[in-house]
Amino acid sequence: MTAFRAMLVRELRLALRGGGDMLTLVLFFVIVGAIVPFAVGPDRELLARIAPGMVWIAAFLAMLLGLDRLFRPDHEDGSLILLRQADLSLSAVVAAKLIVHWAVSALPLIVASPFLAMLLAMDLDTFWRTLVSLALGTPALAAFGAVGAAVTVSIRRGGLIAPILIAPLSIPVLIFGTGSITASQSSAALLFLAALSLMAVALAPFAAALAISSGED
Amino acid sequence: MIDLGPHAIFIVWAYIGVAAAIAALVAWTLLDARATARKLAALESRR
Amino acid sequence: MTMETTPKQSWWNRIAHPGQFVTWTRPLLWPLTVLTALLFLAGLYFAFFNSPEDYQMGDTVRIMYVHVPNAWLSQFVYGVMTVSALGTLVWRHPMADVSMKAAAPLGAMFTALALFTGALWGRPTWGTFWEWDGRMTSTLVLLFIYLGIIVLWRAFDDQLRAARVIAVFTLVGAINIPIIKFSVDWWSTLHQPASVFRADGPRMPGSILTPLFVMFFAFTFLFLVLHLKAMHTEVKRRRVMTLQRKAAQGVGA
Repeated sequence: MTAFRAMLVRELRLALRGGGDMLTLVLFFVIVGAIVPFAVGPDRELLARIAPGMVWIAAFLAMLLGLDRLFRPDHEDGSLILLRQADLSLSAVVAAKLIVHWAVSALPLIVASPFLAMLLAMDLDTFWRTLVSLALGTPALAAFGAVGAAVTVSIRRGGLIAPILIAPLSIPVLIFGTGSITASQSSAALLFLAALSLMAVALAPFAAALAISSGED
Repeated sequence: MIDLGPHAIFIVWAYIGVAAAIAALVAWTLLDARATARKLAALESRR
Repeated sequence: MTMETTPKQSWWNRIAHPGQFVTWTRPLLWPLTVLTALLFLAGLYFAFFNSPEDYQMGDTVRIMYVHVPNAWLSQFVYGVMTVSALGTLVWRHPMADVSMKAAAPLGAMFTALALFTGALWGRPTWGTFWEWDGRMTSTLVLLFIYLGIIVLWRAFDDQLRAARVIAVFTLVGAINIPIIKFSVDWWSTLHQPASVFRADGPRMPGSILTPLFVMFFAFTFLFLVLHLKAMHTEVKRRRVMTLQRKAAQGVGA
């Protein structure tokens, strides 16, 4: 367990170095949401109707932004090869990275979501549901993102290709995420979302580890 | 056959599109094969 | 008296060597091509000259004869890619990744055709070229996955390394596709407008089956022929790259 904890601490330290990208991600998240009224008009009713979807889209894009940091720096300075030889299995390494990635990318978004809710004329009840759905759904986004990042880590411009691979996989998360806020069967959607996140977080480390070791031979 | 009903244009375009796509697929497969075979022959004769 | 001690090679091992594979399967190409052409001719005959119009859809049912086979192929080709991906990762069969790479553009094209024919069927039937119903949406997402895989193949320099990574992604996609379908179906029933759109597509009465089956086999054999030919080309292309690399590394080989 100590190796896993050491990995967590390492990732946390690296991610938070120099303030990390947290402010950038939060700014990106809020800005994406904030430009929506400029694009669709400031009609409060319209904004309130599309607010859950726009918050989810902003969260999705912001999490994509933070992905390159997951494996690429370690790949470039050779740490990834060392990590593969380590006693801790590569899947556990990826799991640790995933946990820290979620903590550093998704938690700040969740904290910043009240601002977005205000800008997009969301009422309080909808906001609480948005909060819960983001908390339950962002792990799945992080997991799929990790798989995409692992597959593209050894490609030179992999950072461009990763979103293309991740987007189709993330569609169920978006569907159930927004569905759990506004749909008539929102409780069913919430359960599906939680199940999806559990499954994705459980399986992604193995898939990502396999992709990394396949790409580095 | 000649009378394809009021929506004949859609039926016709569907089949034309499919035929064109199949022709393009076949052509690309064949051209790719031929170009690669040519490159291979050139390289093998040079060895 | 000598005994034959070399083991008789099973067909599995015989086609494992790329050169052997090309040699053994080349005689199949022409017969398959002729068969495909005949099937298409028969299919076209049945589609236009020998089948009635549907009592509900009218003549637009004839679009189904090209739409349904393409929709089937879009999923079948992904199945072929999934099996090939398993072949690469689990069984390490040398021809598996060649099969995977060759299938991807074909699958993408069939998926695009399914969308194209579906749109042309939808316009006279639903009134619009595109409707966000469960099936069309899932097919669109499948197209994105195919195109993403094609982009991946082109992004790698080392194709052998690419093969294993893409195999992992193909399997991840395979696991997710049922989930995507489920979620899209759930989503489309939620957002279905209160109108008479039949989101589950047309039904298939029996009189329509003959042209459908013929076209079904015609398209499937088309895929088999093109896939085989593309695999041959990929084998040759890898040999070309090896030779080019050797030539670049020095003339004194």
